[in-house]
Amino acid sequence: MQQIPKEMFQPASVDLSEAEKISKPSLSFWKDVSIRFRKNKLAMFGLVLLFILVFMAIFGPMMTPHDYRTNDLMNTNKPPSAEHWFGTDDLGRDIFARTWYGARISLFIGVAAALIDLFIGVLWGGIAAFRGGRTDEVMMRIADILWGVPYLLLVILLMVVLEQGLGTMILAMTITGWINMARIVRGQVLQLKNQEYVLAAQTLGASTSRIMFRHLIPNTMGPILVTMTLTIPSAIFTEAFLSYLGLGVPQPLASWGTMASDGVSALQYYPWRLFFPATMICLTIFAFNVVGDGLRDALDPRLRK
Amino acid sequence: MLRYIGRRLLYMLLSLFLIITATFFLMRAAPGGPFSGEKKLPPEIEKNLNEFYGLDRPWYEQYFDYLTSIAQWDFGPSFKYKGQTVNDLINSGFPVSFFLGMEALLIAVGMGVLLGIIAALNHNKWQDYAAMIFAVLGISVPSFIMASLLQYVLAIKLGVFPVARWESFMHTILPAIALATGPTAFIARLTRSSMLEVLSNDYIRTAKAKGLSRMQITVRHAIRNALLPVVSYLGPLSAGVITGSFVIEKIFGIPGLGSHFVLSISNRDYTVIMGVTVFYSIILLAAILLVDIAYGLIDPRIKLAGGKKGE
Repeated sequence: MQQIPKEMFQPASVDLSEAEKISKPSLSFWKDVSIRFRKNKLAMFGLVLLFILVFMAIFGPMMTPHDYRTNDLMNTNKPPSAEHWFGTDDLGRDIFARTWYGARISLFIGVAAALIDLFIGVLWGGIAAFRGGRTDEVMMRIADILWGVPYLLLVILLMVVLEQGLGTMILAMTITGWINMARIVRGQVLQLKNQEYVLAAQTLGASTSRIMFRHLIPNTMGPILVTMTLTIPSAIFTEAFLSYLGLGVPQPLASWGTMASDGVSALQYYPWRLFFPATMICLTIFAFNVVGDGLRDALDPRLRK
Repeated sequence: MLRYIGRRLLYMLLSLFLIITATFFLMRAAPGGPFSGEKKLPPEIEKNLNEFYGLDRPWYEQYFDYLTSIAQWDFGPSFKYKGQTVNDLINSGFPVSFFLGMEALLIAVGMGVLLGIIAALNHNKWQDYAAMIFAVLGISVPSFIMASLLQYVLAIKLGVFPVARWESFMHTILPAIALATGPTAFIARLTRSSMLEVLSNDYIRTAKAKGLSRMQITVRHAIRNALLPVVSYLGPLSAGVITGSFVIEKIFGIPGLGSHFVLSISNRDYTVIMGVTVFYSIILLAAILLVDIAYGLIDPRIKLAGGKKGE
């Protein structure tokens, strides 16, 4: 044992005023979330990727003199070159223009499906949870029954019977797609609605819709955002799947799904026809997935370090 | 438990009723009559055909007939191929699809769980990153692209597997792998995150303190609880395998129900589309119900009680 001389001990001073001092600046919830999100390198990478993809979807078709629908039968199946950056397809259409034009359609389908799911889901789930009792019971039973209907089979069925097009596709995807959102919102609102601040708002005479949209929905924003970022890639996936079954958007419109399923048949001889749309699909889905995961981690207070 | 199953059966029947009704009325709303083809049929023949299939009767009689015939496991005729019924297609195609689906399911669960556990046990080491990169790639690539690439590289370029068709066990491997890729990736992620959660529990620390080996802790204590989310994913997984098989069977030229279905879509053979949809719905709903019941039996913490609130 080492000898410790008495002089080395000093009384620790307790300053009571120090104890109450807040050492860290206080952060709002969303600030905290954004700090944690920005620390997640993979998620930030996904976000940057998404910005680039959206930028190219908007400005890409303007960067090339070719448009997405003009056939050029003298220049079919040309590999990528200075003239056609991504090559041309079997009708001589410029793949660079088609890829970014297709980006608009694929992203639009994803975003529109997610927004419609959001709208119906928030209303349905919010009302069911807030009203409670019989209303809740009936509304959620309806959702349960619809939930049992196999999603892709119903989508295929609708696409076969109704006229093919963008609108039909979005309708088919959202007809049962909103239920997931409704369930999440309902769960969140059920947790929140018995909290004191809701009671306080009621006491102050706030109307139901005000409580709903000013107090409850903003507090459920986290899980809603995560669900939305994960709905978009699944809609893009579904679009690609339907295109492969021949139920995609009609020609000459281009979407990544129709381009990729065209490209699959030409894989052996003209691989670039598959490569570009397929890469874009994968990058987009990858980006949305990592952003969604990053958001979920950033929103989860248990993971705070 | 019995009350729970009864309740679930009731919902299942309601969902089924909904999809049967939807298919019936959508079929009637479909553009063009069932016999409109390139050639216009003489009116007498069309009248006879309508009579033969009962299409001249009022819609509610047809609807009722449709319901009763499905209750008797009769999914109707094909209007495009004379003399062929949907039941014929199911009998010839479903065993093939079932075999392919089961093989894919085994691969997905086996590989996915293994990858997930390896990743969780080596949290934040290279094995973890490798498994998760694979998982993210696996869920980012649409199945038809993955299948075509596998077919191109492994069968056409390298010649390791047969390119297509359905003849020997070797023919089944590539399609099953292609079908299993997405689910494998998803299960790997699921297993990893639930395994990480389980490993941080107190009872694992107790097991460590007792001096149990790492192997024993993982196998006897951790995996059992970590696999519960995977079990509950088996329902959606079977849906994914069924719909995935449409694409895979088409690419590899497999004579299963999926490729019949895809063919009937491009032929606009409405009665076959409807019949197969209803058949798949029955299979799927039954699979999901079975999974839920199994889940209740495996996890004693879940009380499968009747319909009362607050349970």
